[in-house]
Amino acid sequence: MISRFFHQLGSPRYFYRFSGRLIPWLAVPCAVLMLAGLYQGLVVAPPDYQQGESYRIMFVHVPSAWMSLFIYIVMAAAGAIALIWHMKLAEVIAISSAHIGASFTFLALITGSIWGKPMWGTWWVWDARLTSELILLFLYLGVIALHNAIDDKRTAARATAILSIVGVVNIPIIHYSVEWWNTLHQGPTVTKFDAPSIDIRMLIPLLLMAVAFKLYYAVVVLMRARCELLERERNTQWVTELVESK
Amino acid sequence: MNEFFHMGGYAFYVWSSYAIALIVLVLNVVVPLRNRRRLLAAIARRARRT
Repeated sequence: MISRFFHQLGSPRYFYRFSGRLIPWLAVPCAVLMLAGLYQGLVVAPPDYQQGESYRIMFVHVPSAWMSLFIYIVMAAAGAIALIWHMKLAEVIAISSAHIGASFTFLALITGSIWGKPMWGTWWVWDARLTSELILLFLYLGVIALHNAIDDKRTAARATAILSIVGVVNIPIIHYSVEWWNTLHQGPTVTKFDAPSIDIRMLIPLLLMAVAFKLYYAVVVLMRARCELLERERNTQWVTELVESK
Repeated sequence: MNEFFHMGGYAFYVWSSYAIALIVLVLNVVVPLRNRRRLLAAIARRARRT
């Protein structure tokens, strides 16, 4: 029963229909959690004892940075599945993720820079965390550029899969950069083994935003994947039927 | 209320971060919506010709 479900999900026609119905069920909780997170983060959470109100940038900066890593892993995993099983759906998820991942990486870098100016006195330093995150952006852009450079979509998917799998080596470097090297960027306050060293009133909005961003990614990756599928399958029976039924 | 928008003197930094985040999040939704509409229209046009 379950394996049948996954087998069907692999078929573009079924995936297109299923994801179309799934999107609203993800989008609504995403919007609710994001509004709750914004309210908690901007209104309820107290100012930081060192950084005052400026730390509120954290509620977009940290979830964006988490997403930039998470999406990269999803993209590389989808790439690996595409390489091994030649699954069209995985190819589509991988390239769709690249665009969204790049935008979250950009967001993490730019909000970090805007936060760095008042707190560190500079927009940018070449410390390990910032540099490795910038390399992540270049990896995403490289994946997108490589995909665009190859006309045959299946060949493009294989080439980008290899590039993204090689790039995975950067992910632990980003994560541990603040521990391995002496960075201006602060160390982790949430993702460490003992209890998070962050006030609960700041932790709640941070986690709300993090979950909202995950749902947001799910929504937009499905939207993009549906477009990719339509384009790739434009000459097939099911797309013709879909267009005619409108 | 004014105090809220003032953000303890960090208004420019806080609100520009949130504004850029909003723009990026909205674009990621708008782009596939527009692509899908265009694609469906193009496929329909071609289907009518044949």
